[in-house]
Amino acid sequence: MNLALKDIRHNLGRFLLTCLGLSLLLGIVLAMVGIYRGLILESLGLVRAAGAQVWVVEGDTRGPFAEASRLPGDMREAVAAQWGVAAAGGVSYQNVEAVHRGVTKRLMVVGAEIARPGEALSVVEGRPVLRSHYEAVADRSAGLALGEQIKLGRYLFTVVGLTRNLVASGGDPVVFITLRDAQKLQFDLTPAAARREVVRSGGASGTIDTVNAIVVRLLPGIDPKRFAQDIVRWKHLAALTQDDQEAVLSRSVIDRARRQIGLFTTLLLCVSTVIIGLIIYTMTIDKKKSIATLKLIGAPDRHIVGLIVQQALAMGVISFLAGAALISAGQAYFPRRVVLQPEDAASLFGIVLVVCLIASALGVRTALRIDPASALAG
Amino acid sequence: MTTQPVVEIRGISKHFGEGLARVDALRDVSLDVFPGTVIGLRGPSGSGKSTLLNVIGCILEPNSGSMRLSGELVYDGKWLRPDLRSLRLEKIGFIFQSHNLLPFLNAWENVAVARTLAGANLAQAKERALELLTYLGVERRQDAMPGELSGGEAQRVAIARALANDPRIILADEPTAALDSQRAGKVMDLLRKVAAERDAAVIVVTHDEKIFDRFDQIHSLRDGVIEGTAENRRP
Repeated sequence: MNLALKDIRHNLGRFLLTCLGLSLLLGIVLAMVGIYRGLILESLGLVRAAGAQVWVVEGDTRGPFAEASRLPGDMREAVAAQWGVAAAGGVSYQNVEAVHRGVTKRLMVVGAEIARPGEALSVVEGRPVLRSHYEAVADRSAGLALGEQIKLGRYLFTVVGLTRNLVASGGDPVVFITLRDAQKLQFDLTPAAARREVVRSGGASGTIDTVNAIVVRLLPGIDPKRFAQDIVRWKHLAALTQDDQEAVLSRSVIDRARRQIGLFTTLLLCVSTVIIGLIIYTMTIDKKKSIATLKLIGAPDRHIVGLIVQQALAMGVISFLAGAALISAGQAYFPRRVVLQPEDAASLFGIVLVVCLIASALGVRTALRIDPASALAG
Repeated sequence: MTTQPVVEIRGISKHFGEGLARVDALRDVSLDVFPGTVIGLRGPSGSGKSTLLNVIGCILEPNSGSMRLSGELVYDGKWLRPDLRSLRLEKIGFIFQSHNLLPFLNAWENVAVARTLAGANLAQAKERALELLTYLGVERRQDAMPGELSGGEAQRVAIARALANDPRIILADEPTAALDSQRAGKVMDLLRKVAAERDAAVIVVTHDEKIFDRFDQIHSLRDGVIEGTAENRRP
């Protein structure tokens, strides 16, 4: 006869309400982990989208995802001419605000060369950018439809393709345009400002052929690390392998968010422990007379401990499952991507079980100290 | 009636506190209770009757003396069994003033729980519970929760629970305190029936004068000493 289940059934309403409250808390914990996973995927998504093996960037910098990196555009030809290079493409990254259907949107605009590394690889609808000017491939999260037009800077771009789940580390949807358009978007001045600059520089106009990085794909069998080392010898360039670039991004961009979310998750788990502990303690106090009676009629301590621990575990398991279901159902409504991975859920489930065991300690201690003689007192 | 007492107490003393704060709850108490008898313990508050019940129930350790339950020497200056709960489970049935049924179990489960604690499986425990509920006349209320039972019914279920493991000793702490005189009389008749038919010794702590005639013996305690014993003659 399972006394824990019988007691739960007897106080089912109260137990389920408690579980509901706890499930919201555990759901938030799960969501925090999912948000962190989403943050990593989103952040690395842009780096991975380039399909690079090596990133050539400005000397003494760690690339455009960590700090400012500017290279002359014609450096691409020099890199592409190196032995072992299959393809190389210049890329630029810039944040742009654009008004779409009356709403101001912040976008991450990627300038890439057509049919060269760096362009949008995973177009899920429509086609890649094929014309030299005024075509864009946008991520679905930008809310743009195929054929729709959007004004970036002074130019109107037509959306010809769509990607999915491609956003910058800040959550801004990515829009791919040609490198030339991106450079114009970044450096072109309004006519009035351009006239002023011409006067100021005595008629000389500067080049706008600047990129933030050169994305390199290597021939089969070429070691990216070795290639990167060779590039660094040029002094004015730095090179990172894809793994280095992802590590830099993880360290510089994600690490703080990871610690923040980790701390918040730990705090929530501590709060859950205290709440489960208090609830189990209260439930134990409510059963004081029943526990005394059980002890008096001869119930061994393992039955009493089992009654309390099983209830704590049941509360944890039910709350966790309800919380997981709640977050799974609602994950599409979060403004940032929430990635629920089975291994994260399994780890959290294990942690919840441990938390329940810790939380039941107070109740168990109280129960074991109940004097069986108190059952005899009227 | 066998001549071997089921409860055999010799020179039991129990005090609380030390020095000036010392209170002697029991002083050199000796008592024999035979199977098939119902005995009463009466006395004013603080006379030691509840302490004596707790000592016999192996809940409270005396300071000196010896005690034999169902022929087994269980106390001789110290407990001789490490696990007193199994001793209680095996030898003693308890009946409480306010029945103390577990509120989350129905009537038959409340009886069966004592049996399952002693190692029986649920089917065996249920069979035994239903048999006892029938014996005590509350079989129709087997599925009722304690809150749905009347005071008399609840006390019958509590008696059934006390009998679940066939104990030779039944300790009852004011079992009729919460009942009117008619129901109290019925409960005492039941306890008499249990004692007679199951060869058990029933020890009842009571203040209730209306039921004094239902006891074979009534021991009066005062200041931790049995100061008198009254016997009711039975035909």
